[in-house]
Amino acid sequence: MHELSIALSILEMVDEEAQRRGDVGVEAIHLKLGPLSGVVREALLSAYELASEQTRFAACPLVIEEVPISVYCSNCKSERSVRSIQCFCCVECGMPASEVVHGRELQISALELAE
Amino acid sequence: MTTVPRIVEVRQNVLRHNDEVAHALRRRFQQAGVFVVSLVSSPGSGKTTFLEKALTLLKQQCRPAALVGDLATDNDALRLARSQAPVKQITTGTLCHLEAAMVDRTLEGWDLDDLDILFIENVGNLVCPASYDLGEDLRLVLLSVTEGEDKPLKYPTIFNSADVAVVTKMDLAAVVEFDWRAVKASIEAVRPGMQVFELSAKTGQGMNELLAYLQQKSAARASPAS
Repeated sequence: MHELSIALSILEMVDEEAQRRGDVGVEAIHLKLGPLSGVVREALLSAYELASEQTRFAACPLVIEEVPISVYCSNCKSERSVRSIQCFCCVECGMPASEVVHGRELQISALELAE
Repeated sequence: MTTVPRIVEVRQNVLRHNDEVAHALRRRFQQAGVFVVSLVSSPGSGKTTFLEKALTLLKQQCRPAALVGDLATDNDALRLARSQAPVKQITTGTLCHLEAAMVDRTLEGWDLDDLDILFIENVGNLVCPASYDLGEDLRLVLLSVTEGEDKPLKYPTIFNSADVAVVTKMDLAAVVEFDWRAVKASIEAVRPGMQVFELSAKTGQGMNELLAYLQQKSAARASPAS
């Protein structure tokens, strides 16, 4: 369970970013999250709620965009989805593929700032 | 009049700080010529027993060392110190994984130039350590024959984050009717092409093969093929 420390890092980074932009208000935080990041969406949302309580971000939602896993398929010579996280095979041709292109994301993608 | 929020792109990795420290560590390790192998597994999969034997055997040929992560005790470090190799404990308190900064701090006082291979034993946990780069060259995931052949399917993320799988406690394989083909298939499903080693640190089965592989990887990094 490391989601609480992840939530604290998010708040710290957003706070820094907001101050850098002239101490603007932040109305929402957008996060990209891949299944291979090792972070669980629900656990992160509860941790965020807890961590943001009584801070300036208490009313600021964390909006999570889930990024599906994709791999480079050397047979199709192209980026493809996998059958599942338990089956790293190209959905198109069925060839095993282990070169991950997307799915490891744990990234603050954007902020909604109050004008 | 209601105000419309302005959306600004940020694109910052949440673990940026850890990644930066890990990147700096990796550079230091390379400059000093130390090959770094991290170990992840469930608690009780045999990381420490493997290390005990590995340090003793490697000590005859090169200069190994180990950092061991543990929640509360220094028992593992005491066990490993018997090998006479340099060993330090990283006690994480309640933290369920190691982070690059802990490795960095614990290395203080060691001259990396005096080492050839450094093992970093992570806290026994198949979830959280997956997210943190420690600056290692190679990540081994250990899985003992008593844990069930489908463990890779239950914890695909950690298997996906690792480079090599090691099936431990092979001396118990027959007793628990371990199905080698089933475990190979589960590993292949979550990480196609992953190399898998069989090991019994107790009897020594597979030990030389695994250590030879690590030394070969270390040599390949020292002089990359042109």
